Formats: sequence, C-alpha cells, structure tokens
Amino acid sequence: MNKNASIRKAGEITIIELKGKITIGAGDLQMREAIHAALAEGARKLVVDMSQVVTIDSSGVGELVGCFTTATHKGAKMKLMNLPAKISDVLTVTQLITVFDVYPNEAEAIASFNG
Amino acid sequence: MPAAAPGPIVLWLSSRYENIELAQAALAHVCRLRGIDAEMEHWIGMAMREAVANAVKHGNRLDPDKRVLVRLESAGDELTIVIGDEGGGFDPERVSDPLAPENQLKTSGRGIFYIRTFMDDVTFSRGEGGGTVLTMRKDLSKRGNAKGEKQ
Repeated sequence: MNKNASIRKAGEITIIELKGKITIGAGDLQMREAIHAALAEGARKLVVDMSQVVTIDSSGVGELVGCFTTATHKGAKMKLMNLPAKISDVLTVTQLITVFDVYPNEAEAIASFNG
Repeated sequence: MPAAAPGPIVLWLSSRYENIELAQAALAHVCRLRGIDAEMEHWIGMAMREAVANAVKHGNRLDPDKRVLVRLESAGDELTIVIGDEGGGFDPERVSDPLAPENQLKTSGRGIFYIRTFMDDVTFSRGEGGGTVLTMRKDLSKRGNAKGEKQ
C-alpha cells in the first residue's frame, strides 16, 4: 500500500482514501495505482475520498480524469466525496466539477449507488 | 501591507520533481516575511508549482543536468516570480483551451490555465540561452481575490 492512497470496502462499495499532496511525480501516480488496482480486482462502484488531500496540481487532476475515464470504460462508476474547499475550487475553475459526481459525505455517496 | 520586502531570492534547481518542494519552501519564506495569508500563498504556490513542473517536464525534459531558474521578488504590493528553463523554447499560443468540450476529459493541458487563473499577469519570453522564461505577478493588495476570480 502506498502512502498517498489506501483502499477499504463499505459493503460492495470500494472507498479509495487519498492523503497529502496529489501532485506530479508523487501522489498522482500513487492515486492511479490504487484506483487501477481496485478496478483490476473487480471493483465497479468506487468512491474517492478527498478529505485528507491538502493540494492537487494539474497532473493530479489529469490522473483523476484519466482514472474516471478508465473506470467508465470498464463499466465502473467512480465518484468523489468530501472535497476540501481548495480541491473543489481547482476542479471548479476547469469546469471538471460538473464531470464528476461529487458528494459531501460517505453516506450520501454510498446511497447514490442505490438511486 | 507589512513593510518587510526581501530582496530577490534566486534558486537554480536540477530538473527533478522533488525540487519543486525547494521552490515552495522559498515561496513560503517570502510569504511569511510579507505577511501574505495562507489562502493567497496556496494559490500563488499552486501557480508556481505548475510553472516549475512545466520547466522540469516540458522544458528540460527531465534532464537532471539542465537547470530550472526560480526567482522570487516582492516589492510594494507586488510579488513577481520568474521560472526559466534550458529547453528548446515554448509557444504559449499552441496550448489548447482546457475548457473546450473536446479537451474536458484530456489528462493533460491544464497547468498554464491554472497559472493564468491564479496569478494576475503572466508572460512568456525566450531566455538568453534559448529556453522559456515565464514571468508571473500577483497583486498583493487584492485580498479576497486570491483565486484570481474576475471582479
């Protein structure tokens, strides 16, 4: 397991918990590895918990978009939850906040898969 | 605005991503001396990190023998950051618009957009040695506009 990303299960939902900096040459690749590992193990309902992310750069945003696309191509759904304000701002200015399904907490994120 | 204005800080960094942290530390020092709040420092830092990452990746193509210039200078109500590389040059006009629908799901191409969003003035020029020099300025008097939103 890497220091920027860990995986846990909540029923049939796979939660990817990100931590620290999701930036070029560091957390960006670790995030991709974790999400791709979950997909390779068959996860099809994923929620990425951003609550412990302190910063993200364009490389991290690009990897997040890439993971979203990969998940979609595999028939999986990848959603985001617990976005800190600054992370939300970074996604908002590039209009990506409308691409992702974003939820304020885990309960709402999990419930969204049953809707 | 606090009076303390440090003289220029100049770093020459080897082209490694981990050296972005050194540039960040220098920025934190300047921000502390100038009394720049954490919110504004965050967005200036994001712009600077994007610029250094571009210099390392696209300018110097990760060649650790090529250097990245980081120059920080604060005077009056302005902070100026210069990032230079030793690469083959760069045409900012060729950067595609990350907000265009056809680019929305691309995995790259947002760095310069973020720099332009979070700073007040951004210019590109050719360095003496042929690389790219990016000069970006932040108006420190614009409190409450740290993200660069249009007023």
